[in-house]
Amino acid sequence: MLEVKDLHVSVEGKKILKGLSLTINAGEVHAIMGPNGAGKSTLSNVIAGRDGYEITSGTITYKGDDLLEMSPEERAWAGVFLAFQYPVEIPGVNNTYLLKAGVNAKRKHQGLEELDAFDFMKTVKEKAKLVELDPSFLSRSVNEGFSGGEKKRNEIFQMAVLDPALALLDETDSGLDIDALRIVAGGVNKLRSKDKAIVMITHYQRLLDYIEPDFVHVLADGVIQKTGDKSLAVALEEHGYDWVKENK
Amino acid sequence: MATNEEIQKDLEKREYDAGFITDIESDTLPPGLNEDTIRHISAKKDEPQWLLDWRLEAYRHWLTMEEPTWAAVDYTPTDYQSISYYSAPKPADSGPDSLDEVDPKLLETYEKLGIPLREQEFLAGVKNIAVDAVFDSVSVATTFKGKLKDAGVIFCPISEAVHEYPELVKQYLGTVVPQGDNFFAALNSAVFTDGSFVYIPKGVRCPMELSTYFRINALNTGQFERTLIIADEGSHVSYLEGCTAPMRDENQLHAAVVELVILDDAEIKYATVQNWYPGDENGVGGIYNFVTKRAECRGVRSKVSWTQVETGSAITWKYPSCVLIGDDSVGKFFSVAVTTNCQQADTGTKMIHLGKNTKSTIISKGISAGKAQQSYRGLVRMGKNAENARNFTQCDSLLLGDKCGAHTFPYVEVKNATATLEHEATTSKIGEDQLFYCQQRGLSEEDAVNMIVNGFCKDVFDELPMEFAVEANRLMEVSLEGSVG
Ligand SMILES: Nc1ncnc2c1ncn2[C@@H]1O[C@H](COP(=O)(O)OP(=O)(O)OP(=O)(O)O)[C@@H](O)[C@H]1O
Ligand SMILES: [Mg+2]
Repeated sequence: MLEVKDLHVSVEGKKILKGLSLTINAGEVHAIMGPNGAGKSTLSNVIAGRDGYEITSGTITYKGDDLLEMSPEERAWAGVFLAFQYPVEIPGVNNTYLLKAGVNAKRKHQGLEELDAFDFMKTVKEKAKLVELDPSFLSRSVNEGFSGGEKKRNEIFQMAVLDPALALLDETDSGLDIDALRIVAGGVNKLRSKDKAIVMITHYQRLLDYIEPDFVHVLADGVIQKTGDKSLAVALEEHGYDWVKENK
Repeated sequence: MATNEEIQKDLEKREYDAGFITDIESDTLPPGLNEDTIRHISAKKDEPQWLLDWRLEAYRHWLTMEEPTWAAVDYTPTDYQSISYYSAPKPADSGPDSLDEVDPKLLETYEKLGIPLREQEFLAGVKNIAVDAVFDSVSVATTFKGKLKDAGVIFCPISEAVHEYPELVKQYLGTVVPQGDNFFAALNSAVFTDGSFVYIPKGVRCPMELSTYFRINALNTGQFERTLIIADEGSHVSYLEGCTAPMRDENQLHAAVVELVILDDAEIKYATVQNWYPGDENGVGGIYNFVTKRAECRGVRSKVSWTQVETGSAITWKYPSCVLIGDDSVGKFFSVAVTTNCQQADTGTKMIHLGKNTKSTIISKGISAGKAQQSYRGLVRMGKNAENARNFTQCDSLLLGDKCGAHTFPYVEVKNATATLEHEATTSKIGEDQLFYCQQRGLSEEDAVNMIVNGFCKDVFDELPMEFAVEANRLMEVSLEGSVG
């Protein structure tokens, strides 16, 4: 589904990704771990099409298309979703209204009719229930005044409504309390299916107890240093990142 | 995804869709200003002697005054001898009695602007809006006069009110904004040509929204309108003014005066959607908008609100004010100002608290793009008898790009220790992170900009009457149209 090949990315002249390659197939769940500043968010931002990154070489193909040629919204329409590490507040913009605009823009692009308010609200209420998001959050401004954990839960709620094919979750588990982690993980698990892929960026092996990954990658010094299964995360927890670099 | 510079570039290309010229024969005074000009205007309107004297007094005072320079705006001063002070489409020396007599070209003009002058054309379900249409120096049509009269409401051109309701006009004209109040108000008092007059009698809730649409068409003509609204005890009215002008390379002057009088328990909601021609992307042409607007809450528990959506004009100099005289009176000011390209706006409000327990709220939202400069200038004064007076001020600025500027000048004078004031101010750039967030959820960049800007303005748009909120939204969209390539 997603094929990242020899990707080199710089930010403000500083090389962050230095020849990173990664293949993700439909039905798979990948976890990416790595030290702070390694470039995990950079990778997910580049996949989602954020401005400000210089892609000096390499390719990213998604379902056979050149992803780097597409605008961020085109990628969203094609099924790419990014749950932000730091979800942004947008004062005065209604949470549901933004989501509805997003859903309908995608439908329009697909040649489908826009959802009417009634059908849309039905989906929204269903999905809010799935991630146990209090309905009061639906009518509030996007992320404004949300607690850290509430913002993360809102990201998963949006993911549930937008129903993406490829979901990138950038540290969605950080800042969640134990109950919230279980709920969010439950939400993600319900969305797992054979034609969808999930990439979870995390610092904690704990998340992987709830959402079992098929692959665990360690990203450090701008490349994937090591790939393994769930046991790699356990070993990491024990030995730290230096151990990875020493035992490539 | 476009960068801020690209957004800015596209903003510069925004189209002004009210910029056409109506080709109509008009009766225009030659340029120049002296006592004869004023006598001429007065004679055209067949005015009583007292009004001519009032005008001349204002003119003589104006001659002693100097154009103010304290506002943070930069422009070539107007040559007051080079503009014409009166222009009326022929043959409308006085307003026509029915729409059938209105020149079809004028009807067409207003139709093009989306302003309904034919009463029967209102869609079912839409609340009726009465319209006074002012074209250059004269009112060309006023709708629903009859229906309003049945309710006791007077809504007519001020030139007509001078004849029909001289006592009311004499009693109130110039009592809120005196002839010599400031340079532009004095000029207006000397040469004002038309505008609307509204009187809501005791206890009456005006059965429909009232509105006046000002259109500048003639070349080299200044528009000096004068609006006077009186809300008698316990009455209520909601009023909107809209303004447009053709695209011309010359700057044109618009110096209006609006006076509001609010008696015991009465309320006026005054909304402005100002879309004068802003000039082109190089700052050529556009309207100089120097306006004095003031409301006096004379009665106890009286209320007034100024809501303004300012997207047009090359220069805006405007501070709608509230003088809160009656105990427990309330003044509000809600403003959205958009400046792009070379537009400059120095706008804000004055809240003068004189009575006990008076309350005021100021919410100002400024959006700047291109090389535009915008200043918020607000005065809150708590007089010595203003026991327990309260003010809340919030001004937020949003910048698109880094060549524009936003400035805030709050002035506070407190002479009563029991008064309380709160002030909040923020300046932010339209966040690349906000845009990306919206796009990641599937919005096009243009939709994302619109959504973020509308969200920024929400507190103010919520204050607009339903009928006008639609108009404001449309204007904002036009203003930001083409903000992506
Ligand atoms: N706009 C920017 N300007 C300068 N440096 C940047 C910018 N964006 C990212 N970087 C740098 O790029 C590097 C990678 O950042 P990135 O956010 O991808 O790390 P990360 O792996 O997600 O870290 P964390 O685990 O802390 O979230 C960091 O050193 C960061 O400081
Ligand atoms: Mg990160």
